[in-house]
Amino acid sequence: MAIRGTNIKIEGLTHRYRSRSGVTFNRVDLESPQGEALAIIGRSGCGKSTLLHIVAGLLKASEGSIKLDGNPIDGPSPKWVMMFQAPHLFPWMTVKQNVGVGLTFGNWSRATIDSRVDEAIRLVELQDFAQSNVQDLSGGQQQRVALARSLVMEPELLLLDEPFSALDAFTRSSLQHDVRAIAKRLGFNIILVTHDIDEAVIMADRAVIMAGSPGNIVHELDVDLPDPRDRGDPQVQKLRAELMDSFQEAANYNKPKAAALAG
Amino acid sequence: MTGEANYTGGVISRFTGHPALTRFAWGVAGVGILATLWFLAGVWLESNSSTASFAAFGLIPTLEAIPELLAAGKLQAASAASGYRLGLGLLIAIVIGVPIGIVMGRVKWFQEYSNSAFQFLRMISPLSWMPLAVLVFATWNGSIIFLIAIASVWPVMFATAAGLAKIDPNWFKVARNLGATPLQMLSNVIMPAIAFDVFSGIRLALGVAWIVLVPAEYLGVTSGLGYAIEDARETLTYNHLTALVLTIGVIGYVLDSILVVLINRYSWQRGGA
Ligand SMILES: Nc1ncnc2c1ncn2[C@@H]1O[C@H](COP(=O)(O)OP(=O)(O)OP(=O)(O)O)[C@@H](O)[C@H]1O
Ligand SMILES: [Mg+2]
Repeated sequence: MAIRGTNIKIEGLTHRYRSRSGVTFNRVDLESPQGEALAIIGRSGCGKSTLLHIVAGLLKASEGSIKLDGNPIDGPSPKWVMMFQAPHLFPWMTVKQNVGVGLTFGNWSRATIDSRVDEAIRLVELQDFAQSNVQDLSGGQQQRVALARSLVMEPELLLLDEPFSALDAFTRSSLQHDVRAIAKRLGFNIILVTHDIDEAVIMADRAVIMAGSPGNIVHELDVDLPDPRDRGDPQVQKLRAELMDSFQEAANYNKPKAAALAG
Repeated sequence: MTGEANYTGGVISRFTGHPALTRFAWGVAGVGILATLWFLAGVWLESNSSTASFAAFGLIPTLEAIPELLAAGKLQAASAASGYRLGLGLLIAIVIGVPIGIVMGRVKWFQEYSNSAFQFLRMISPLSWMPLAVLVFATWNGSIIFLIAIASVWPVMFATAAGLAKIDPNWFKVARNLGATPLQMLSNVIMPAIAFDVFSGIRLALGVAWIVLVPAEYLGVTSGLGYAIEDARETLTYNHLTALVLTIGVIGYVLDSILVVLINRYSWQRGGA
């Protein structure tokens, strides 16, 4: 499986859910170079999921544009695939069928589907469960199936919306490492939305903090650490503390400061 | 496994280890008891001078009538005629009931507007449509198929709507995210998700349709199991009558079993759900 990443350029993105309600976020600009894993951190309700749904093409922004390698996103596509907070698998299907469902939508040949599905299942190490019904899997295994279901599409961009928050600490930690390793090996981009600072430090090349009302990017930090990243590593802890400081600062963030930052 | 463990396990598992076999054994036993009672009733009818003329209702004359009816081709013809009406009526009910059920489950305002009207129509006994059906349809056949359809459409419709209510909206989001077209959404998400409920509805519909069919065939038509029963009564061939009744039971049982198999095949919900 060879996947190429993409240059992401978000410009002036503004969203309001109803024409008369307040803006969720206002004029967000964000760029991410090919192959980068970008984390967006922010408090609950600041609009992270909304932003990600728009990038996935599942929601239309009120204003602004998102371009991948210069091409605008105007709907869902196998090139940008979202992985949700919960696996949302189809319970009447086996693991294999769930993983391959996106390829059947794309009318790929049986042989292509089979070989790509097998490969994706191997990537998430679920070979022994390929024929199991997904209802017989643990929460962590189910989320692996959801990951394989996204990876099988060979996306240029994988969108992750708090993908592991429902899992126990051990499973979460191992999946965080796995997803990063797979992304780095295959070369696709990640945009990860989270309110877990550890997750951002373990998984991302760069983290941005989203805050305010309406929300915007208020701070960014390079996570320039060698792989694999270990929570106990002093370098990781230092960056974590730094990110935590910025996050706390962002929590007290208010409008005058936004003006200062913009100006 | 040791010989001892094998021994104790073997004795018990002969019945508890194979639930399907156990169920089959119980079924055979039940039918056996029923047949014995029938047989004894026949003997009693025959031994009593006042009822001896009804002895043909007994088990043995009935079983003797079956090859006779088969040889004359009557059983096949009657079953085919009834089967055709039942099949077409059910098909119409499915073709109308499933799409309306899907709309009821998906479109909230439609559900709110239509629910009481449909519940009201549902409570009208199917046979009470008979005079109206006869006026509207040129042929008796047409009226009977209409009656079957109107009796079957409600269970199919309401079961489909209930199935849709259980669909997790996130499945639509996932499917859209992976590039499903609206048609694929229907065939790959909605249909498999509700197949269990649809077949459960069809099973209920089949029960009602089968009940409506026979009395409907007492009138007008000159074919079908209902007609054949009426004919046997008039010609006083009572063992033919009971053979036909038996056939109705057997066909109904077989059709119902097929639907049970389909329901199990498409049931994906686990545990207490
Ligand atoms: N479908 C919707 N209709 C109207 N308002 C919505 C809708 N979805 C979200 N919102 C509002 O938009 C704002 C941002 O929501 P969003 O889900 O994007 O936040 P989030 O940052 O992902 O939060 P969390 O961390 O809790 O997931 C919230 O104030 C929320 O109430
Ligand atoms: Mg969210």
